[in-house]
Amino acid sequence: MPLLSVRNLSVKLGRGRPVDGVSFEINAGETFALVGESGCGKSMTALALMGLLPNVAGIERGAIEFNGREITRQSDTVIRSLRGGSISMIFQEPATSLNPVLTIGYQIGESLAIHRKLQGAAARKRAIELLELVGIPDAERRHDEYPFQLSGGMKQRAMMAMALAGEPRLLIADEPTTALDVTIQAQVLDLLGALQRERGMGMLLITHDLGVVSQVADRVGVMYAGQLVEVASREKFFASPAHPYSRALFTALPEGSARGRPLATIPGRVPPLDSFFSGCRFADRCGSVKDLCRGKEPPLTAVGDGQRVRCYFPGRGEPRSIQSTTSAQLLPIESADAREVLLEVSELKVHFPIRTGVLQRVSGHVPAVDGVSLRILHGRTLALVGESGCGKTTVGKAILQLQRPDGGQVVFQGADLTAMSASQLQPFRAAMQMVFQDPFGSLNPRMRVGAIISEGMAALKLPGDHPQRVEELLLQVGLAPETKDRYPHEFSGGQRQRIAIARALAVGPKLLICDEPTSALDVSVQAQILNLLKELQASLGLAYLFITHNIAVVDYLAEEVAVMYLGRIVECGTTEEVLRSPKHPYTQALIAAVPRITAERPGDVAKAVAGDMPSVAKPPSGCHFHTRCPQATEACRQRYPSAVSLSATRMVRCHLYGDT
Amino acid sequence: MFAYLLRRVLYAIPILIGVNVITFALFFVVNTPDDMARLQLGVKRVTPDAIQKWKAERGYDRPLLWNEAGQGAAKLTETIFYAKSVRMFAFDFGRADDGRDIAREIRSRALPSLAIALPVFVLGLFSSVCFALVLVFYRATRLDFYGTVLCVAMMSVSGLFYIIGGQWVVAKVWQWVPISGYASGFDGIKFLLLPIAISVIGGIGPGARWYRTIFLDEIGRDYVRTARAKGLSENVILFRHVLKNGMVPILTGVVVVIPTLFMGSLLLESFFGIPGLGSYTIEAIGAQDFAVVRAMVFIGTVLYILGLLLTDISYTMVDPRVRLQ
Repeated sequence: MPLLSVRNLSVKLGRGRPVDGVSFEINAGETFALVGESGCGKSMTALALMGLLPNVAGIERGAIEFNGREITRQSDTVIRSLRGGSISMIFQEPATSLNPVLTIGYQIGESLAIHRKLQGAAARKRAIELLELVGIPDAERRHDEYPFQLSGGMKQRAMMAMALAGEPRLLIADEPTTALDVTIQAQVLDLLGALQRERGMGMLLITHDLGVVSQVADRVGVMYAGQLVEVASREKFFASPAHPYSRALFTALPEGSARGRPLATIPGRVPPLDSFFSGCRFADRCGSVKDLCRGKEPPLTAVGDGQRVRCYFPGRGEPRSIQSTTSAQLLPIESADAREVLLEVSELKVHFPIRTGVLQRVSGHVPAVDGVSLRILHGRTLALVGESGCGKTTVGKAILQLQRPDGGQVVFQGADLTAMSASQLQPFRAAMQMVFQDPFGSLNPRMRVGAIISEGMAALKLPGDHPQRVEELLLQVGLAPETKDRYPHEFSGGQRQRIAIARALAVGPKLLICDEPTSALDVSVQAQILNLLKELQASLGLAYLFITHNIAVVDYLAEEVAVMYLGRIVECGTTEEVLRSPKHPYTQALIAAVPRITAERPGDVAKAVAGDMPSVAKPPSGCHFHTRCPQATEACRQRYPSAVSLSATRMVRCHLYGDT
Repeated sequence: MFAYLLRRVLYAIPILIGVNVITFALFFVVNTPDDMARLQLGVKRVTPDAIQKWKAERGYDRPLLWNEAGQGAAKLTETIFYAKSVRMFAFDFGRADDGRDIAREIRSRALPSLAIALPVFVLGLFSSVCFALVLVFYRATRLDFYGTVLCVAMMSVSGLFYIIGGQWVVAKVWQWVPISGYASGFDGIKFLLLPIAISVIGGIGPGARWYRTIFLDEIGRDYVRTARAKGLSENVILFRHVLKNGMVPILTGVVVVIPTLFMGSLLLESFFGIPGLGSYTIEAIGAQDFAVVRAMVFIGTVLYILGLLLTDISYTMVDPRVRLQ
């Protein structure tokens, strides 16, 4: 008997059905992954299982059996005793999912009180045990701390401790690592796997990241427009995905082997909730659609080996090649000195003052950026990678002089920007622009698209016909010129990012600083934006500083890479050099932490780097990385390694490579 | 935290000086002592002699800022600015037009003001929060809908209506309490019941509606979903999780008025004949007694600054994320 069995589950929300006839089973000790882009109904399915659907939504039909017991028609009291007890859930955003004004211990204690009837000292003891179990150091102290005192990874661990408090038999994890850095993601996935094996829990993992699925899932279900379109074992799914949508998800992934050619994208967008379907729901976006697909909806049919697909022509669509990034051959890159230097940053420093006392005197500094040197060539892409909080974004702002640096030089086409006054900088504003991470927050919601795009041209008093230029720009980024009269909220995330790019291009820049421009987007939309950036680079000769934490995107897009840790560049070189043979232990850890998509069952996952990044305010002595470095020696604790040149393009700061 | 509070107190000094100078300009430059005298004396009795005499009695015959005739420091001190404005920093407010000492008057009137304002504050906050919690518990039901309609209706009615209507029904028709008046000690309770009740009821409409919005905002947050996923009941979620988070924004709006409770309520005290600071201010405005009005403006400023400081301190108590430094 399976632990959980969902049969023909439908959820009604207004006139739409975010979940429509979904059936699957999860056995004890098994991980079932639900995959799909946002808006396909994954989270709604999980919330329906927990009885946590929003007020406006409800289960329309179908059955959910947990441990042989039907739970959709039980009373609130019964459901509540299951929730957090036999079935627990971990949410995506650890920063907002914990109550900010209650201590960690209190929040775990609540679960212990309900489900294990533990109170007082016994509850405290158990809560501390749980915190230790999920790998939180100094659990006794953390027990009495508030969520804001914990890092993102710690919060997600605390969340897991809370979920484990009720000794669940089924754990639902809704994008548990999406908000975390890759190194922390690797730690959390390791931990989830270990806990699951130890306790024989069933797990429903909801994610959009095929890499994560490949690492931890036993079976995979792909959702599209509220339906399961494919169910298969992990091996089968990664070896031969059968549904065209599944195949499209793979081909949209950026990787080194795709460099130089555009990524496959899925045309159109996920249909809105209240759409009416007569045939296959994916028909309008499918590359190999036939007449049959539009007539009657295909049933979920078995294609052998436990693989079931909702498609009349399984296995069609873009062929897919699994190539692990390490073996991929890169297109040759022309030698660096063939191009002129556009931007040269040397010894850039941004120190934020710490003020204390009655008179607010400066008592110290946070060295957010501490001596960063970079070089960007005309029409080329430099990727700046590192964990969140390492100072990547501050570097971008300091180059644009949005944040005035406290030291070093930013030389753009021979002119030092750091020495200029605001009015002297004015002409350079047109040459450098920025595209921000969150397209929902970075466009003024009260301005029409046309006004957003032309604002920069007006502010810099550029000559030319602005309204006409706006229409050209919209066409250039793949939007209809008529959209200029609409407001940002009428667009999807990908379209908004296109508007943001058009806004940046309006003033004719030579350098675009892209700060995580695709990290808020779905894979297929990310592919569209990356393609657009590539096209623009080819046609306009743009140079990019690409700030990101996504190694796959770097591999696809960048010619050069700089790896940043705690305000300093620890390694830089061409993409080929840095990603294929990383030298610095931090770079090695970063690359090892990226989940690989492989058909074979991954062996022991490469040991993830331990711990969190230390506070920037108090960087460790010597090499900043020594606290987490497996190869640290006494020398590393003593002094910061100087730059070692390994080739004309390659620099590393590590004592392992002959510091002089 | 101590350093922070000390710094805030230091910041208050320039604010107080600024308010002092502005009120001085309003009361003595825009409206000169001659104008005051004319107003007070009335059209029939205005003669240059009478004006001089009126000014001399009140010390308004001195120069505004600089006394050429004085010796040494007296050049500065023998002026209206020093005597009337600078002295306020020492809480020396001088005498009212009827010759009484203003500082003493304020001390004796603060207690009746507080006797009304404090219960109104406590009961008002409590009942508004309770009403809001009931509406949120039954959110998206008919009770919530009609409760919100009631709130809007209650806040749309003028405060004067509650006062006059309450006096008419409770005191005149039912004769439960006297219409107006005041007595000290326990005898005073019967005079206070009606104004307190009226004020609390009048405040529920806007209060509950605002708090309901805050609680609804909180109840949609992720941590509430987490709490539900733990299997907590809706009661526990509302009282332990939502209430505690909702109190953070509520406190900001509420704590700042605590010190100004001393100032009393202008309307309520006048209508119910309570000899508090509110009615004192109204009477002074009516009688064009500028000395009293200036004193009340100054005290109001001091109390408001104190209120802002208290708000910051109360933040640290409800929100562990806030540290004052």
